[in-house]
Amino acid sequence: MPVKLTVTGAAAVAHAMRQINPDVVAAYPITPQTPIVEYYAGFVSDGIVDTVMVPVESEHSAMSAVVGSAASGARTMTATAANGLALMSEIVYIAASYRLPIVMPIVNRALSGPINIHCDHSDAMMVRDSGWIQFFTENHQEAYDFTIMATKLAEKENVLLPVMVNLDGFITSHGVESFEMLDDEVVREFVGSWNPKYSLLNTKNPVTFGPLDLFDYYFEHHRQQEEAMKNAYKELPGVFEEFEKISGRRYDFLDLYKVDDADYIMIVMNSTASTAKYVVDQLREEGHKVGLVKPQVFTPFPKKQFQQVLNGRKGVVVLDRAMSFGKEAPLYSLVKSSLYEVASRPSLGSYIYGLGGRDTTPEMIREAFEDALQGNLSTDEQRYLGLRE
Amino acid sequence: MKVKGWKDIPIGGVIDKPATAREYKTGEWRIQRPIVDEEKCTNCMQCWLFCPDMAIDGRLDGKKMKLGEVNLDYCKGCGVCAAVCPVDAIEMKSESEFI
Ligand code: SF4
Ligand code: SF4
Repeated sequence: MPVKLTVTGAAAVAHAMRQINPDVVAAYPITPQTPIVEYYAGFVSDGIVDTVMVPVESEHSAMSAVVGSAASGARTMTATAANGLALMSEIVYIAASYRLPIVMPIVNRALSGPINIHCDHSDAMMVRDSGWIQFFTENHQEAYDFTIMATKLAEKENVLLPVMVNLDGFITSHGVESFEMLDDEVVREFVGSWNPKYSLLNTKNPVTFGPLDLFDYYFEHHRQQEEAMKNAYKELPGVFEEFEKISGRRYDFLDLYKVDDADYIMIVMNSTASTAKYVVDQLREEGHKVGLVKPQVFTPFPKKQFQQVLNGRKGVVVLDRAMSFGKEAPLYSLVKSSLYEVASRPSLGSYIYGLGGRDTTPEMIREAFEDALQGNLSTDEQRYLGLRE
Repeated sequence: MKVKGWKDIPIGGVIDKPATAREYKTGEWRIQRPIVDEEKCTNCMQCWLFCPDMAIDGRLDGKKMKLGEVNLDYCKGCGVCAAVCPVDAIEMKSESEFI
């Protein structure tokens, strides 16, 4: 029987990891990811999991240890945030190109500077082209559920890619709320056992990981990574379906809230979607046809799904919690380019919000919606919510 | 060695066979090749002994070693053999002469 737990988001993620029971976790604590590693270290020292925990002296070492472990054939996880991810980033690329199915919760935090430890998505966006699958989660339930689904997807034979599960720093990681935890056996059966094709520890069939690739085969290996992303896109509906069977919760690439008859749609990721849903309800009561789209999968980018849902709408506002200096905001630019091919393009607006943990209030969300309702959107103008002029 | 397309190679750059350099033809970039004058050669086997790439074959003729072929897949034309030959039986010739 699933149980309701009322804990922090970090604890919810740690419980997902406990139930997956990876062979190895190598991690370094960094705010606001620290409690995940703390909880997990507790599970290890209490003998609740069989995991070998490798405490390291930095995130660069954490990701290096994780790559070594995964190449040896062990089911491997880690977790990080912001500057920790930046320090890992050299090896983050290597994990993806070695095709190691590592699962890594990212507790989203501003990537300095000036120094800031609060939530935004600049860390996830920094590594958006590193070859990892990226999930974004609104609350505890989703952070827990997607960590479990990540393991399932990463290890598919035609995928074999690492996965990041993003959850908002402090808001999700430290906030306390209820989520439904599945039975240990149910999760264990869902993720199954991991039997890698290659293992560094298999002395009967020795292999080499990480040889020099140069101009001979590097290009071909990157083409393979692209194919694996396409396969991940194809495999995801099946993973969602299987997960629904054990949980009763139905996920998709995009979470759609009141969009069926909506003329105006907001697109926003993670916890701010909750505030936006509240504003959608308010505006609906006032008679406005508004709706919300929350991408759960950012990489591989669900372009087709965006096209289907946005084609023919009057106005679409995209909220980014990260900047792409000198270019259009990351989520906005992808949504905009998706719409190049649709029959009837909506007018579009780009909004930056919540940088460095800046509170995002219903009034700010309303501001963006009202621009859309009044036909006051400009495709080429980046606007800011909650910025002091 | 024939190069393969992206569908035909192991993923992630894994080398899935026990390590061997046998398929690397290290002689491909040679610009000079040793030519042995069999008339002069005394089969002293100095060149065979000193070749840093084991590119010179020796074969047993009864109880005596005799000089065999130079394996051009691995000879990289360093000229050590020619330098150590006590009777100057080896001449280094430019590869362009053999095109
Ligand atoms: S040229 Fe160098 S590599 Fe070639 S056979 Fe002579 S010693 Fe060996
Ligand atoms: S060193 Fe000269 S003489 Fe001796 S075996 Fe080689 S080629 Fe013949």
